[in-house]
Amino acid sequence: MIVETGHYALALALAVALLQSVLPLWGTRSGDSGLTSIAVPAAITQFLLLGYAFAALTYAHVVSDFSLVTVAENSLTTKPLVYKLAGVWGNHEGSMLLWVLILAAFGAAVAILGRGMAKELRANTLTVQGWISFAFLCFILFTSDPFVRRFPAPFEGQDLNPLLQDAGLAIHPPLLYLGYVGSSIVFSFAVAALISGRLDAAWARYVRPWILIAWIFLTLGIAMGSYWAYYTLGWGGFWFWDPVENASLMPWLAGTALLHSAAVMEKREALKIWTLFLAILTFSLSLLGTFLVRSGVLTSVHSFASDPTRGVFILIILSTFIGGSLALYAWRAPSLSQRGLFAPVSRESALAVNNLLLTACCATVLTGTLYPLALEALTGDKISVGAPFFNLTLGPLLALIVLLMPIGQSLAWKRGDLLGAAQRATVAALGGLVVALVLVAVIRGGPVLATVGLGLAVYLIVGSFADVMSRIRARGQPIRVMLARAVGLPRSAWGAAIAHAGLGVTLMGLAATGWGVERIATVKLGQGIDLGPYQATIENLQSRQGPNYSEVLAYTVISRGGAAVATVEPAKRSFPVRQTTVSEAGIVTLGFGQIYISLGDQHPDGSIDARMFWKPLVTAIWIGGVIMAFGGIVSLSDRRLRIGFARRAVRVRAAANPAAAPQAAE
Amino acid sequence: MTPLRRILLLSIVYAGLAPGLARAVQPDEVLPNPNLEARARDISAGLRCLVCQNQSIDDSKAEFARDLRLLVRERLNLGESDEQVRDFLVKRYGNFILLRSPLDLETTFLWGMPALVLATGGIALLFRLRRLQPTPAAPLSQAERDRLAALLDADTPL
Repeated sequence: MIVETGHYALALALAVALLQSVLPLWGTRSGDSGLTSIAVPAAITQFLLLGYAFAALTYAHVVSDFSLVTVAENSLTTKPLVYKLAGVWGNHEGSMLLWVLILAAFGAAVAILGRGMAKELRANTLTVQGWISFAFLCFILFTSDPFVRRFPAPFEGQDLNPLLQDAGLAIHPPLLYLGYVGSSIVFSFAVAALISGRLDAAWARYVRPWILIAWIFLTLGIAMGSYWAYYTLGWGGFWFWDPVENASLMPWLAGTALLHSAAVMEKREALKIWTLFLAILTFSLSLLGTFLVRSGVLTSVHSFASDPTRGVFILIILSTFIGGSLALYAWRAPSLSQRGLFAPVSRESALAVNNLLLTACCATVLTGTLYPLALEALTGDKISVGAPFFNLTLGPLLALIVLLMPIGQSLAWKRGDLLGAAQRATVAALGGLVVALVLVAVIRGGPVLATVGLGLAVYLIVGSFADVMSRIRARGQPIRVMLARAVGLPRSAWGAAIAHAGLGVTLMGLAATGWGVERIATVKLGQGIDLGPYQATIENLQSRQGPNYSEVLAYTVISRGGAAVATVEPAKRSFPVRQTTVSEAGIVTLGFGQIYISLGDQHPDGSIDARMFWKPLVTAIWIGGVIMAFGGIVSLSDRRLRIGFARRAVRVRAAANPAAAPQAAE
Repeated sequence: MTPLRRILLLSIVYAGLAPGLARAVQPDEVLPNPNLEARARDISAGLRCLVCQNQSIDDSKAEFARDLRLLVRERLNLGESDEQVRDFLVKRYGNFILLRSPLDLETTFLWGMPALVLATGGIALLFRLRRLQPTPAAPLSQAERDRLAALLDADTPL
């Protein structure tokens, strides 16, 4: 019964989405405020309905209602509760439902938090959200219905894919979707601006918090996904340049560019048209990612052709939204007033260069991902574009970005002083150089690239704070004054410094892979294996029974200079229902580095194949991601960026000058 | 949904290889000569496992990848250079096996993309900078000057 009502709520949500996508726009076009005001309750109702549908599906998973096809195919009565919950989105149908639920949540958030926004802008934005929602709800109901029943219901489910039975599944997809779908709000804002033909600094101020929110989630989602792949897949890699990973990296690159160009637009009213383009691009790339992942086109062009319903459906959605928004852009954008002066040496120019480089990165990833597909479709020739290509093309671009970051950050708006900015970055450059030289001296003959990388990382981390420090420091002033100044600095300045330093920390982790140690060996019990400064000894093998698996684990002692410092238990798990064996890597964090052990086959003489790594500073890769996201949160807490701040500003201005109020509130 | 999909795909590979837990580079493959082994790993990292989804033979757990890894090591043991090993495999399987597609007519656009974007974007940016050179602000009109004076005199907080 609950399942049926959930199904019904899903269908109702489609109807509400249809209303939301027609009536408010009609209202703003015809000046009928009654129709316009439907947008807000419609968005909230839609969210409640989808929330109910999602809760109903979750209920079916929790009580193991195997009459539902998606539950039967992905669950098992003995599966731990946390995976029953996470398993709701561990399959195509459920994950699409999560996708639209998050879409509706963002719509409802704009409806509730955007009370101070210009009415027309809010109504139009919610209209565009309605279009997206309508399209994806159709997709779900017609091709990927999670509520399909099967009679008679099987007695037992087929269990969730063992590789997905992990805490990563509980966190990664929701985070990533919050990032992907969060960019839809920005897209809707952009299209709404194009419809109404009004685009000003206030628009940039409304939209910036949403850009930041989407960016924060996407950053965390990517970092989380990378760590999950690292510890689940069992060979110690953390980024594979897989098309599916690229699909999340592209919106991140475009979103990062957007974050910076929106700042220029807000402060200087320049780069308006470009900012709109990036807003459309970011969401288009998110849609493209959804298409790539959901259509099966990546596995091979042939598997796409064998069951094209879903793929073609998403392709139609994709081309309608991207094509439609770009056509609207081409038609309306030229009529938007372009303003803003641009001095060659200034913060805004530096940000324009940042946008240029990030766009180049994004275009490179895009062509690298789609080129093989396009070439095969056009000529039938198959080529591969893998990690070596991306490392070679993106490496130099990243190095250039990192070199310019601290300098750009030190430039003032309007008219910057390149010499001064370079001077402020000098300390950072010297720091990086010293670190690199010391490293060369200590570890002579070490990998060159890693040394350069680490030097760059130090330069970036120190340089990120150069601007903030120069604004705090005052010659001859007591610490108290400097502290007061530090607190008084805009939070967005701190946020930028922290986020930039986060990239430096990630870079540090990436560079340090050059000093990693790897051993592939058949290990006897009690035999010590040297791993960098540590030694790993597998003491014994034990069997253990889990809720829906059985495992063999290797009790391993890690020692340094003869003294035990840690133990790890890498394991091999067998899942009887799916007849699969997965290797659970044993990982222990020592300082910022990790010992990583994954097991292979056992031999009759008691020895076991193992792959062991010492990965110095490897955790810095993901810690850097978390620091970047934290920088975003600090920025978000800036008074001027808080959602709703623009509304208060309007109210204050209105109170001060009643005559100007109607204009300001427009 | 980054690794999720990847994991799903991997699990298909897994399923095909059950029951034995096949693995990436196994101990019995490793060459006794560390130099040769390092070269073998280096070459393997640039070769695609043809039965997998965008994985190098060095990472892959497929039987096919293992066969190729052994083949690479065999050729190296014969004293061939890295280039010769790669050429041998390209002759056998085509360019598809190289994860770094060589630059030729078909891939001009692929390799040229970063330069193309940087060049067009850079030119557009320079053009805009020239067009948007700050022009000196127009002098205030009499009305504006009066208003400014009034505002300064009024001495009220804005």
